[in-house]
Amino acid sequence: MTEFLNYLISGISLGSVYAIIALGYTMVYGIAKMLNFAHGDVIMVGGYVSFCAVFYLDLPGWLATILAIIVCTVLGVVIEGLAYKPLRQAGTLAVLITAIGVSYFLQNAAQLIWGTSTKSYASVMPGNLSLGGVTIPYISILTIAACLIIMVVLTQFINRSKLGKAMRACSEDKGAAQLMGIHVNRTISMTFAIGSALAAIAGVLLCSSYTTLNPTTGSMPGIKAFTAAVFGGIGSIPGAFLGGILLGVIESMAKAYLSSALANSIVFAVLIIVLLVRPAGLLGKYVPEKV
Amino acid sequence: MAKKVFEKGKMVPVPSHSIIPERDLYKSPILECSHLGIDFGGLAAVKDFNITVGRTEIAGLIGPNGAGKTTVFNLLTKVYHPTRGTILVDGMDTAGKTPAQVNRMGIARTFQNIRLFNNLSVEDNVKIGLHNQTRYNALSGILRLPNYWKQEKMAHESAMELLSIFDMQDLAGHKAGSLPYGAQRRLEIVRALATNPSLLLLDEPAAGMNPSETVELMENIVKIRDTFHIAIMLIEHDMNLVMGICEGICVLNFGQIIAKGTAEEIQNNPVVIEAYLGKQKEG
Repeated sequence: MTEFLNYLISGISLGSVYAIIALGYTMVYGIAKMLNFAHGDVIMVGGYVSFCAVFYLDLPGWLATILAIIVCTVLGVVIEGLAYKPLRQAGTLAVLITAIGVSYFLQNAAQLIWGTSTKSYASVMPGNLSLGGVTIPYISILTIAACLIIMVVLTQFINRSKLGKAMRACSEDKGAAQLMGIHVNRTISMTFAIGSALAAIAGVLLCSSYTTLNPTTGSMPGIKAFTAAVFGGIGSIPGAFLGGILLGVIESMAKAYLSSALANSIVFAVLIIVLLVRPAGLLGKYVPEKV
Repeated sequence: MAKKVFEKGKMVPVPSHSIIPERDLYKSPILECSHLGIDFGGLAAVKDFNITVGRTEIAGLIGPNGAGKTTVFNLLTKVYHPTRGTILVDGMDTAGKTPAQVNRMGIARTFQNIRLFNNLSVEDNVKIGLHNQTRYNALSGILRLPNYWKQEKMAHESAMELLSIFDMQDLAGHKAGSLPYGAQRRLEIVRALATNPSLLLLDEPAAGMNPSETVELMENIVKIRDTFHIAIMLIEHDMNLVMGICEGICVLNFGQIIAKGTAEEIQNNPVVIEAYLGKQKEG
């Protein structure tokens, strides 16, 4: 039983990281209607920035995290402005391929700057909490709490704030939104800024849980978070949250009780089955085309 | 629901939220287009389009299908960038402006095929129009600071007041996409009005409406003009509406203005009759 609880908590914690990343994917998809495959690599940059802040500048963990958030936010806006904005009128395939290009660019740039060797990352919140036989790392608690807070704040932001309303308007009809006085480009930039800030947080939390960091650290969690976003229904914020948590728990359970080598395959098999039954994802809306 | 009676000639008082600044009503035209034109791959869709719209004028833009009427609207709102010519809004050149900037300069529009934010509530649709006028930052929105409540309350009141033009307050909580067709058309007008325009462009406002709805719409268009002191330019195929309320009418055919004038002048203009009905046989 304690073993099960340990796996469950580590699954929820992992799932929370996926959920935070998936929120970035889903927001950008919802508003800019594009898949930002470079999102995973922004996580890696966030990891490296916080690593350098702690390792070279001796900054405390929270300050390193804030620094990572600032750098990633700027990076996200710059990527959007340089790589995606000129392609606003181009087809989705062109943007998709550009995003893959940006992803490789970030990975290779990281190799140039920080080298290919794996760095050992010092957790921003070391230590464990023991409850009976169950050991919970503090970082897991922090991750789950961060995910919940982000989820609540983001939902409030989207539903209540002026910019949130502008985002929802852009996601429905950019042309009409523009003619209602909404600066669509600025709104999309802000979406990337928010998504990238979340990626930075995810980067710090992810590296703190796994304590390793290399230039491809972000790609696998990035793809899994994308899966989580599709699993929950892409474009839906509660969907990204649900998808992330479920994916984390499934992965953790598969590792523990089935096979650690097959864990990833099991995760994707579940995704395929869910999509066969619900093509729009768990919380996605299936809108039939009007003819 | 009590139907609002429109009294002709009587000015309706300006609503209390007073989002409309004082305007000099008769000094200069709100819109001046000179030699406006656009080519689509060698085809001149609109050429040499000259028009002046007064501060509180109701102007009509008519013409056979494919004459380029909606293209003119798209040029005015910068959805298309003109190949030639200039557009002055309130005396200011709109060259190089984005649609959002032109909207803030005072042009708002509706669409021929309704383009509401279908998954948002009716009230939120209007509030997006009010976007430029509400002032609070994202943080106070998330944390629900007092400023947020104050601004939201103001936005709510303005939205309700605007919706009341068409007696639509009761629908505020509904999703825009779930409204019947006529109500969606009216909501589009309300949303456009919420951006505080000086010139409102209506693209076929009466399309799909029955005669009694059209009469009501005509009254409302005049009421909007008298309440907000704005200019309205409309594209419409319903000649009763156009001839009934438009003070100035401009007829477009094959992208060119073939006639301008009052309803009476247009009705008796042989060039217009030819464009609509074809040439009469000699003899």
